[in-house]
Order: sequence, then structure tokens, then C-alpha cells
Amino acid sequence: MNTIHDMGGMDGFGPIEPEENEPVFHHRWEGRVYALTRAVGRWGRGREWPNFRYTLESIPPAEYLSMSYYERWFRMMTTRLLVSGLISETELETGYPDPGAPRPELLPASNTGAPGAGLLDMDVPARFGPNDRVRARNLHPRGHTRQPRYVRGRRGTVVEDYGVYALQDTDEDGRRPADRRPQHVYSVRFEARELWGERGGAREAVYADLWEDYLEPA
Amino acid sequence: MDESEGRPVGRRGFIRDAAVGAAAFAAPGKLMADETETHSHSHDHDHDHQDVPPDIALRVRALESVLVEKGMVDSAALDEIVDTYENRIGPRNGAEVVARAWVDSAYRERLLADGTAAIGELGHLGGQGEHMKVVANTPEVHNLVVCTLCSCYPWPTLGLPPVWYKSAPFRARAVIEPREVLSEFGLDLPEDVEVRVWDSTAEIRYLVLPERPAGTEGMTEEELVEIVTRDSMIGVARVETPSGGEPGGDA
Repeated sequence: MNTIHDMGGMDGFGPIEPEENEPVFHHRWEGRVYALTRAVGRWGRGREWPNFRYTLESIPPAEYLSMSYYERWFRMMTTRLLVSGLISETELETGYPDPGAPRPELLPASNTGAPGAGLLDMDVPARFGPNDRVRARNLHPRGHTRQPRYVRGRRGTVVEDYGVYALQDTDEDGRRPADRRPQHVYSVRFEARELWGERGGAREAVYADLWEDYLEPA
Repeated sequence: MDESEGRPVGRRGFIRDAAVGAAAFAAPGKLMADETETHSHSHDHDHDHQDVPPDIALRVRALESVLVEKGMVDSAALDEIVDTYENRIGPRNGAEVVARAWVDSAYRERLLADGTAAIGELGHLGGQGEHMKVVANTPEVHNLVVCTLCSCYPWPTLGLPPVWYKSAPFRARAVIEPREVLSEFGLDLPEDVEVRVWDSTAEIRYLVLPERPAGTEGMTEEELVEIVTRDSMIGVARVETPSGGEPGGDA
């Protein structure tokens, strides 16, 4: 989706402000949000469980910018828990289980045979190879995509075939294709001048990792 | 610093506007009393606590409390996850990879040819670092890692990312004006050095292999681990010759 998370190439955000001796978590609650997000994951099995990145990207732009990183994670996690019915709004509000509410049960993973996010040991033909000239297709899906806006329509060169991965894109409702459309992911080099015109540096390039569906021959 | 987290600031607006069911809930009274005790850092510093939403800590505590009571999570298991990233998994792991590559040219070759396998030799693979690509800085090429879409970062070798890496300015600017970004970090590259920016858009995670600084020829692998910084492995800094060493770090 074309929203604020897709930040590459934007102006106006000001300087980068590194912090000396930065703690891993700045507040106790940040660590709890991180750990809770990891720990509740298994409860999503067999339930409606909104996609991580889709949910983060669905936060309206002005809010997204006003929230800290772990506030976004908290929003994402509570959205998951509410949508799946694992907790109620009252429970979230009060911190107490609803009287008489049954304890949730862990469900087995629905056995769809869909591949996970990692490298897949699957024999899928590769459409492109190193040194091929490619163009990033001009796609503007309403769901989650890993094709950043700044490469769309731009020409680059394949430098490496990283192997076969499930497509991580979702539809506009946050759902991934049932078969996950496993395909090759390529490292594609774009010259800065191709991406940014005269503002791009002559000796600068951006490498993006792009699923085959994002590319066409150039 | 609190105010560096959510730039542009205005996080209080979040509380007013919170939607998605996970809305602006009232602070649960039963949690109010002990929250002050669990606020983990001391207050004799100059953080602007007014910039912190007053009840996010309470809302998180309410969530943990109800999930524990429903038998869905165990607080000790959460402690364990926090402890892992606060104390056990961090940039020292990546520094071990870099130092090994500096002293062992065969390892360096393996690392650049198949980062996943070579990092696996040192036991530093895991979540958000299952598939690793290592890119080497040279006198001709400087590499910089970013995730413009989110916050992708190699957790097993570098730990969790710093706030600036996840911030809008870095995500926006690294791809369009990398030299200016590097300059803000104090790294001014000569014009003839090529800058390669790696946008972590898929499932591969990137680690920069910085150049070994001059004047470190006599150092052991263990000593070298100590001088490799997190920032040098993201690509926003060089590794400096340690003070007391010979000049030539060329920072």
C-alpha cells in the first residue's frame, strides 16, 4: 500500500539523531511489548491473525509518525488479539479476564501446506539471472508489498539470485495468497541516477531485494 | 533519549487518536500503584517524561496481566526474552564474525561467498538472521544497510536495532542521500569511493564487514573483537585504530 511506512527517498524528516550508549529498551514497557509480541505468536495458529507488516502499515499516516516504534508494535499486537477473539476490549481495558469467559485453547496449526517466510528448498524455474537487465514493474497494490515505491518503473541489474522464497505480499484485506506463490528473490542494483535523477550521486547505487513478480525484462 | 524515539514528536496525539479497538483505555487502577516501582531506570536525569504517553506503560501492564491470568503467557518467559536481547544477543556477536574474517582469510572468503554458512560456524544464526549476506568495505567501496519499509536488521549478529535505524530520517534519507547521512555520522567519504546502499526489503539480512584499521596488525582476534562497533557493521562508521595504536585509521 502506498502509505507513510514506504519512506525511501522522502524529504523533510530532519537530521538523524543517534543516541550515545543507547539502551536496548528505553522503558520497561517496551521490552514487555517486544516479548509479548514474540510470546503470543503461537496463539494465532488456526485463528484469524492479522499480518504483522500489513497491520503496522494500516496505521493512518499521521498517527504512524506520531507513535514510537514499540507503540506501533503494541497497536499491532492488540489488534491481532482483538481480531482473533483471544481477548476482549473490556479485558484490554481492565487488565482482568471477563467473568465467566473460557480460557482460550492453543489450536494446531492449520495444515494448509503453505510455506513459511524462509528460504525454500523448492525447484522453481528462475526467470532472471546475474547481469540481466530488469525493470521494476509499476505496481501499486493496496495490500502489503515489499516492492518499495522508489524502484517502480526503474531499471536495474540483477546481481544475485538469492533462491526461492514465499511472496510476502497480501491483498487489500491483509491476506496472503493460499499457495504463497514461491518464487526467486533477486538482489537488484539500481544506479542512484536512475532512481533520483540529477540528485543521485554518480558513484552511488541502491541494492533492493525483489521477488520475481516485481520485475520484468528491460 | 525519550524525545528521539518518535520523531516527529507529538506522541500524546496518539493517545487521543488511538483507534483500532486497541483504543485509548483508561489506566487500570489496580496497576497504578506498582507501575512506579517497575519503571526501571532512575529519575535523576533530564529526560522529558512529559513526552511519554502517561498511560502506555499501564496499558501494556494491563495486557500482560490479562494474558497471564488467561494462561496465555508466562511472565518469567517474557523476562527471559527481554534478558536475551538486553544482555546476551548484541553486536558482540557480529564483532566476533568481523574479527575472525580479519585474521583468517579463508574464513573471510567463506563469509563473503555464503554469509549464512560462515556465520553459522560461529553459532550466530537465528530469528531475523536466518539468511545472511555479508558485504565488505574496501578502499573503493563503502556499504550501508537500511530498511526503508520497516526495521529489518540482523538480530542474531547485532541485537535489536537502535532507535535511529528505525527512525523516519534514516529510512527516508539513506537511499537518496547516503553521503550526507554518513557525513552526519562523522564519516566523510572521498568522492571516488562508491557507496552501495542495501535496502533490506526481503528476508535476507545484511552485515557490513568493515575494513581492518591500520595499526592493528599486532592485535589478537580477541582484542580485535573489542574494537568492532555496531555502527561499523551497519555501515555508518569505520572501525578506528584504538588510541595508543599507530596512526593510519584515516577517520
